[in-house]
Amino acid sequence: MSEVLDTISPKPSALQPMAVKKELLERYPTKVARKRARQIIINEVGPDCSVPEIQSNVRTIPGIITQRGCTYAGCKGVVLGPTRDIVNITHGPIGCGFYSWLTRRNQTKPNGPTDHNFMTYCFSTDMQDEQIIFGGEKKLRQAIQEAYDILKPKAIAIFSTCPVGLIGDDVHAVAREMKEKLGINVFAFSCEGYKGVSQSAGHHIANNGIFTHVVGLDDTVSEGKFKINLLGEYNIGGDAFEIERLFKDCGLTLISTFSGNSSYDYFTNSHTADLNLIMCHRSINYVAEMMETKFGIPWIKINFIGASATAKSLRKIAAYFEDAELAARVEEVIAREMPAVEEVRAEVKTRCAGKRAMLFVGGSRAHHYQELFREIGMEIVSAGYEFAHRDDYEGRRVLPNIKVDADSRNIEELHVEPDPNRYKVRISPEQIDRLEKTGLRLKDYDGMMAEMPNGTLVIDDISQFETEKLIEIFRPDIVCAGIKEKYAIQKSGTPMKQLHSYDTGGPYAAFKGAINFYREIDRMVNSKVWKYLKAPWQEHPELAATYVWE
Amino acid sequence: MLLRHTPDTVAERTALTINPAKTCQPIGAMYAALGINRCLPHSHGSQGCCAYHRSTLTRHYKEPVMAGTSSFTEGSSVFGGQANLLQAINNIFAIYEPEVIAVHTTCLSETIGDDITQIIAKAREENKIPKGKYVIHANTPSYVGSHVTGFANMVKGMVDYFAAADGRKENRINIIPGYVEPADMEEIKRIASDMGISTIMFPDTSNVLNGPQTGRYAMFPAGGVTVADLIRTGGSMGTVALGRLASGLAARTLDAKCKVPCEILDLPIGLMATDRFIDTLRQIAGVSVPDSLNIERGRLLDVMTDMHQYFFGRTAALAGDPDQLISLTEFLVSVDMWPIHIVTGTPGKKFESRIKEITKEVPHPVNVKATGDLFLLHQWIKNEPVDLLIGNTYMKYIARDEDIPLVRFGFPILDRIGHIYFPTIGYRGGLRLLEKILDALLDRQDRDAPEESFELVM
Ligand code: SF4
Ligand code: SF4
Repeated sequence: MSEVLDTISPKPSALQPMAVKKELLERYPTKVARKRARQIIINEVGPDCSVPEIQSNVRTIPGIITQRGCTYAGCKGVVLGPTRDIVNITHGPIGCGFYSWLTRRNQTKPNGPTDHNFMTYCFSTDMQDEQIIFGGEKKLRQAIQEAYDILKPKAIAIFSTCPVGLIGDDVHAVAREMKEKLGINVFAFSCEGYKGVSQSAGHHIANNGIFTHVVGLDDTVSEGKFKINLLGEYNIGGDAFEIERLFKDCGLTLISTFSGNSSYDYFTNSHTADLNLIMCHRSINYVAEMMETKFGIPWIKINFIGASATAKSLRKIAAYFEDAELAARVEEVIAREMPAVEEVRAEVKTRCAGKRAMLFVGGSRAHHYQELFREIGMEIVSAGYEFAHRDDYEGRRVLPNIKVDADSRNIEELHVEPDPNRYKVRISPEQIDRLEKTGLRLKDYDGMMAEMPNGTLVIDDISQFETEKLIEIFRPDIVCAGIKEKYAIQKSGTPMKQLHSYDTGGPYAAFKGAINFYREIDRMVNSKVWKYLKAPWQEHPELAATYVWE
Repeated sequence: MLLRHTPDTVAERTALTINPAKTCQPIGAMYAALGINRCLPHSHGSQGCCAYHRSTLTRHYKEPVMAGTSSFTEGSSVFGGQANLLQAINNIFAIYEPEVIAVHTTCLSETIGDDITQIIAKAREENKIPKGKYVIHANTPSYVGSHVTGFANMVKGMVDYFAAADGRKENRINIIPGYVEPADMEEIKRIASDMGISTIMFPDTSNVLNGPQTGRYAMFPAGGVTVADLIRTGGSMGTVALGRLASGLAARTLDAKCKVPCEILDLPIGLMATDRFIDTLRQIAGVSVPDSLNIERGRLLDVMTDMHQYFFGRTAALAGDPDQLISLTEFLVSVDMWPIHIVTGTPGKKFESRIKEITKEVPHPVNVKATGDLFLLHQWIKNEPVDLLIGNTYMKYIARDEDIPLVRFGFPILDRIGHIYFPTIGYRGGLRLLEKILDALLDRQDRDAPEESFELVM
């Protein structure tokens, strides 16, 4: 029973995609329709895995009810949020900090009762009109001092919100000054919400900041033959815990996760790893790229969502290290974990096969979770990302063709060079050649569209209006999106699973996670509760003149 | 320990807020706007604020919360957001077909200084507002006040834009319910209707944010105050505003604009505040209080007397919004409980003096702070533990660390249901609150009782 799960071959939907697209665009004013037409694509995978071009990472049209959030949310909320021992101070009025306080369900587990854990705290400068008028640097400086006095952290990070950028507070100067004064690491992020078109800009800014101020500060080389970093795994609902368990069992040494269940010290030491694994390509490929250039650490794209994806990813890692013992342990672990997965999968599949799902979420999750659905025989009729770029849809091969527009240009690109002392070749060109021949491609990603059936609709930055229309047209059995979409979808009688924060539940990563997810989807699409939408008198409104008791 | 870094020593902080007990203006404005029939709130600023406000409201109400955004990017932040808002108004009316768009600003558009009144006028000139449709607005900079202020500002916006007087007065009372749950709004309407009083309540989120599951999603549910009614508020004989902070501004504005006299009362939480509310309604409308309400009152009082031994001398720590806390504190004091630590994040000097006044007979020192935060509250609790916590979901971290029962009350409640369906205002709401408090206290007593004194009858 140790063989990798077969994923069913996806079948195209019976509905005419052109007609559906037309219906989605009909209501829009001409200019809106024209723009949306380039973001709503009928998928077509060529023999060389080529796919049609999709417009993405462009501004949302004002007045469109969008799923998207802001740069600050991507920087503070997503990337830095899950790290437990950095004091994250939001510099701005109270709201932004308040809303990003504990709302993403990224779990963390300090090593002991005296370890730092600031995740349950929300720190803000709570700017008042006085600071808006006269500047907020003084208050920020004082806030950092107070945080230091009370908490004595190793590091303090500052996150700028929209008004801060406008009034021109120099948060970086304040950070430098306080770093000097306090003797701990203090660094700042200019992640004002208006900076980009979505959270994506914030990921980039966060990556740049971590890379500049944190990565590489500690050169201690830990023991372990196979040292890896896991990038773009945020430990929602405990996903990272499950992956960490697997790594341990396989004999892999995890140096750092960016940034689920993570700690500052792990980041500082992450450049000592020999391989970077990328989960969420969108949010973090920057760090992998920069670490490769500066330290020589290669990266591969992996996916631990879905049992077969997990097995495939573990084998990829083993292949990279070209070590027979590791490969054997990986096979052992897969063989050990698979029967339980297979058993639940087979059972759940009998009830879920043929049902339809739509996924509109994130910048990788709409891709990753398709595997899980296919494993239980479900069809994905439409999918799209909230804040991805073209490469996440079409694969990295299109990177050279992506036009950088004004909104992306104002996000700093770091100029990175090999570190004269610490750059180390991890893998020789011959080895790379050899690996590529076996099908292991380094620093590559095919994107979501290549794995979706022809004729399915791929939609970037879907709007509320389009979501409603699609539900009407496709009548999916489940929709995956975020909290803002959740209850509108459920009110239409369709179960809805959040894939940003999972609502509740998890982990859904790796083998045990797959089991959890199969069960969760089974529960949701086969739940009795959706059958009671109509009262008896609404189903049969005619009045019959008989006694009920007869 | 979830809040392992909170020390008992209280050091004065002047710049750093830790674990806030308030949030920002626009979310209150968005909530208020949802209480207008067929209204789409619109956030004028970057889309992040809108996403955050929608997410938080959604998590609290477990209901769809839709709102548009002007989706500012760098350019709009430099050149102003006029083009974005004009475009948004045009798109929203074409795509979503609301009757009203209620625009609120964010920190960003406030800091830039966008003149919304002028932009709306321009939208009208350019025919972007279809006939019979409306765009209204409120200024809601978050570096002033809190979500309560935002609510107040948007309710005032309703008066500014809609209320009209033609000199005729009708036998009807306006009620501004304050920043309360949809269930509370429903209860307020019921009480007035039981008294035979004709009312217009605004905003009214009942049936909007506690709507039924029908299998059909409607962006604009059946609830909410209608525009026609909002216009008619100017011809009512009086306004009863509940909650000084959330409702006072709109009530006074309506008085100034249309000569509708107003009474500003505390939120009717607990026996005495409900008494005052009903007595005021009775006097303004010239009606007598029906027996049904007397019975409800009697039941609440019955529990207060029957269970007094469990309330007496029990200490409590509270966090929430000023309007709520004032009435809630009074209620607790009225059953001889001792609310001894009280914080709100919302600024305002009157709050502290009102609470001091209400608690002056509590035989125990009382800590109270406006512009406080939950970190401070926790520190007070560490120094002087209490029997009960009352506040929003974020209080559960303190509850667990200090092993103190928590009654969830206020905004936001992210981990329980009930608040949108069952009122905590009025006599019946008071009964529910007391039941929740008793459940918490008695569950704890049961849990802690030695076996020999574990008792069946309590
Ligand atoms: S910027 Fe202002 S309005 Fe927006 S979330 Fe932050 S505090 Fe609220
Ligand atoms: S103010 Fe800016 S940073 Fe804060 S939530 Fe809004 S868009 Fe994001």
